[in-house]
Amino acid sequence: MSGRLGTADVIVIGGGLHGCSAALHCARRGLSVAVVEKDTVARHASGVNAGGVRRLGRHMAEIPISVASMALWHRIEELVDDDCGFQPAPQIKVAESEADLAALAEREARLRAAGYTHEELLDRDRLFALLPALSPHCMGGLASLGDGFAEPYRTTFAFARKARALGVVFHEETTVEDIARAGDGFEVKTGRGTLAGARLVNCAGAWSGRFAERLGEPVPLEPMAPMMIVTARVAPFCDAVVGATARPLSFKQMPNGTVVIGGGRLGSSNLATGRTDIDFGELARTARTAAEIFPVMAAQRIVRCWAGIEGRMPDDIPVIGRSSTTDGVVHAFGFCGHGFQLGPAVGSIVADLVVTGQTDMPIEPFSIRRFATTG
Amino acid sequence: MTADYDLAIIGAGPAGLAAAGLAAELGLTVALLDEQERPGGQIYRAIETVGASRPLTAKALGPDYERGRGLVDAMRAARVDYLPGAIVWNVSRELAVNFSRQGGSRELRARHVLVATGAMERPVPVPGWTRPGVMTVGALQIMLKTSGLVADGRVVLAGSGPLLLLLASQYVEAGAPPAAVVETVPRARYVEALAHLPKALRAAGYLAKGIRLMRTLARAGVPVYRGASDLSVEGGDKATGLAFTQGGRERRVEADLVALHQGVVPNQQITRLLGCDHVFDDGQRCFRPVLDDWFATSLDGVSVAGDGGGIGGAVAAEHAGRVAVCGIAHRLGALSEAQRDARAAPSRAALNRDLAIRPFLETLYRPPREVLEPADDVLVCRCEEVTAGAVRGAVALGCPGPNQAKSFLRCGMGPCQGRVCGPVVSEIIADALGSDPGAVGYYRIRPPLKPLTLGELAALDTDTESGTA
Amino acid sequence: MFRRLEEDAGRVPVRFRFEGREIEAREGDTLAAALVAAGVLSLRDTPVSGAPRAPYCMMGVCFDCLVEVDGRKNCQACMTVVEPGMEVRRQTGEDGAEA
Repeated sequence: MSGRLGTADVIVIGGGLHGCSAALHCARRGLSVAVVEKDTVARHASGVNAGGVRRLGRHMAEIPISVASMALWHRIEELVDDDCGFQPAPQIKVAESEADLAALAEREARLRAAGYTHEELLDRDRLFALLPALSPHCMGGLASLGDGFAEPYRTTFAFARKARALGVVFHEETTVEDIARAGDGFEVKTGRGTLAGARLVNCAGAWSGRFAERLGEPVPLEPMAPMMIVTARVAPFCDAVVGATARPLSFKQMPNGTVVIGGGRLGSSNLATGRTDIDFGELARTARTAAEIFPVMAAQRIVRCWAGIEGRMPDDIPVIGRSSTTDGVVHAFGFCGHGFQLGPAVGSIVADLVVTGQTDMPIEPFSIRRFATTG
Repeated sequence: MTADYDLAIIGAGPAGLAAAGLAAELGLTVALLDEQERPGGQIYRAIETVGASRPLTAKALGPDYERGRGLVDAMRAARVDYLPGAIVWNVSRELAVNFSRQGGSRELRARHVLVATGAMERPVPVPGWTRPGVMTVGALQIMLKTSGLVADGRVVLAGSGPLLLLLASQYVEAGAPPAAVVETVPRARYVEALAHLPKALRAAGYLAKGIRLMRTLARAGVPVYRGASDLSVEGGDKATGLAFTQGGRERRVEADLVALHQGVVPNQQITRLLGCDHVFDDGQRCFRPVLDDWFATSLDGVSVAGDGGGIGGAVAAEHAGRVAVCGIAHRLGALSEAQRDARAAPSRAALNRDLAIRPFLETLYRPPREVLEPADDVLVCRCEEVTAGAVRGAVALGCPGPNQAKSFLRCGMGPCQGRVCGPVVSEIIADALGSDPGAVGYYRIRPPLKPLTLGELAALDTDTESGTA
Repeated sequence: MFRRLEEDAGRVPVRFRFEGREIEAREGDTLAAALVAAGVLSLRDTPVSGAPRAPYCMMGVCFDCLVEVDGRKNCQACMTVVEPGMEVRRQTGEDGAEA
């Protein structure tokens, strides 16, 4: 189709949390924004992740953004007129062995040396005071007490709703076919017509690589399908979000009693169809981990398993920052399965970059340039 | 990985039984999995146990039920690995079937999967439908078949469809005539259905049967209220009666038990799980998988026979099972194209004759608006207690479809995994958007198909056995 | 409210307990059928509102008949065949784990 779909100051590709957050923050700064989403808002990783809102265990480079985002989470209702199901809760990494304990202690020391005090070691007594249902073999832990969890679909939907209320136009079921420079701005050709914009934001999740390549800055972005389990309701026994140290686990009990278990074991995905498939051989390991750490879980019934599609970078941190080839383009993608908590703050960083070309947040480690093969 | 079987059939109702018998005859290795302990599906449930030892039950159920015996006997005599009590919780696109049996999970692999899981009752969301003392008409039939139990208090059967009349008649034969039958078919619908009468006469046996059923009720003096609407189950912690509008008047029938029915819809859990294409069949007013002439779905290696592919009834299911197996046998190299066509021809002809009644029945028994678009305060998701109004509210907020509504409201996230509310949630959203269910879509179905414990899943990690139980 | 159409000599009586009350069923009965036949009004209270529920579909689709059987929660009564000595209890709110 070649008709005009609209014009905006900013065109955001991708209606996941990062796209909606970027759109919202840009709209708050008085810009007109159009979001183009090939499916529906929150259809992929943003709508179906574990909902962990954590600073705990972050890559060092992510910590400043995570800390800034955490402050926004504690007042999320002010930002999006919805509490997003946010529950403050400790996030705790459990040590199952002496080696685990040593690893956690080393991390805590490293963070303290860098000036971060949000992660604290727990001895066995303190661990069991917080988590009485743990298996007795657990020995200690590392906790970020001021973390929490939220409902991913509800959160992303709330960001989109608030963005709409501020005038952001969403084009769902609209696939970007091509992007091109047009004068000082850009033309985004979609299946439903062409959008014209002064600035372009690439928040297309696992599908972002195509746009990076189009801009002459290809990246080694791979799709990943982290698998999740939710159980039937269980009487309350855990009010922290729990991970393990040496093996993948993310475990939380929701206010309604259901238990949500993730951790990052991967199923398979198809970028073209958007379909994911569960690898039960792998998921069995997640089930085993959960049941070994919380013995009561062995008898609990799984009601549903699923996997979303997220984008992964080989160094386990996202791409955030201006395009290295094209003025006026900002990237924010490849969050490797831990982008949910960062969403509120990254949108603000993107808005900074769109409006002024700069940001105060230390985003150099996330630069797309780190994947450039030539100088 | 090599397959354990040529063909895995899921469901031992008429389609699965007929398919198993023929597949074995054609030399395919066959596994027949079924979640019940005994074969027959729902329509022929407990057929092996209702025999000489329960003559009154057999008599009440009538001669159509007897047909199941031949199917079951043939399956038992055939070279089929029959796995009763096998609860299938996953089927992968690579045709691995995970099932739970005797407390443990196993996996078997097949070169082809035939889904024969049949149908389930359409949801009948009327006020009070979740009260104790309300069941489906099918539920009463199951109690009669498996246990010879009849409800002999004040029983009111309400709704529409052949099964409603059948059960009423069976209850009369059992000496427990219902207190009333409340039928929701508007008079005008009979006129509309007449247009399909010529075709229906090709399956005249069904028409005669229907007339006989109605005569049975009349002779027994069972009050039949026709053209009823605005059904509502009264009571508090249990049902005490059924209120409805009929002939311009508000009426009420006292009841200890209200049995509801508005037809059946295909069980799409497995075909949706596999990502097969589906279409909304406006005649049947339900979703069904897209099937070719050989009952193959859009996914290579997966076929559907019986009511799971579209409502056709028990006899049609048998014929479809056999046609499907001919197609499968050809795909697997056991039959040439010519052999396949020749072998399938009589079953296909019988199937087409049997289906001739469908346009008439579908027109006559099209579900009434009030169960497709219930009032705001009626629960539509029984598990999570979500009302029709809440679904409409989610649409007003911007939810474009059932999956978004599900994430927002939890409808469809309860233990039944959307089996009961799925059809009506799609209808409500479509109506609210001025669209149709085909455009709006249906819940995304994810594994496990039936709940299984974490412990049982964890055991898969160390137990890599696959194959026959 | 429910009666047996006939006795079947081949089916032995099976006694089990529901909330401590002894109930006599027949071999081959499902728990749901046996409980409904014994006049039990509701099998559980829903976790969302505490509303009483009884079996609805009898074929494993609706999950309204969830009961605790011999200590195991969330068993579908209509998919469980009665066994002698079974201890069956109502569920209120799908309660579960003891920590």
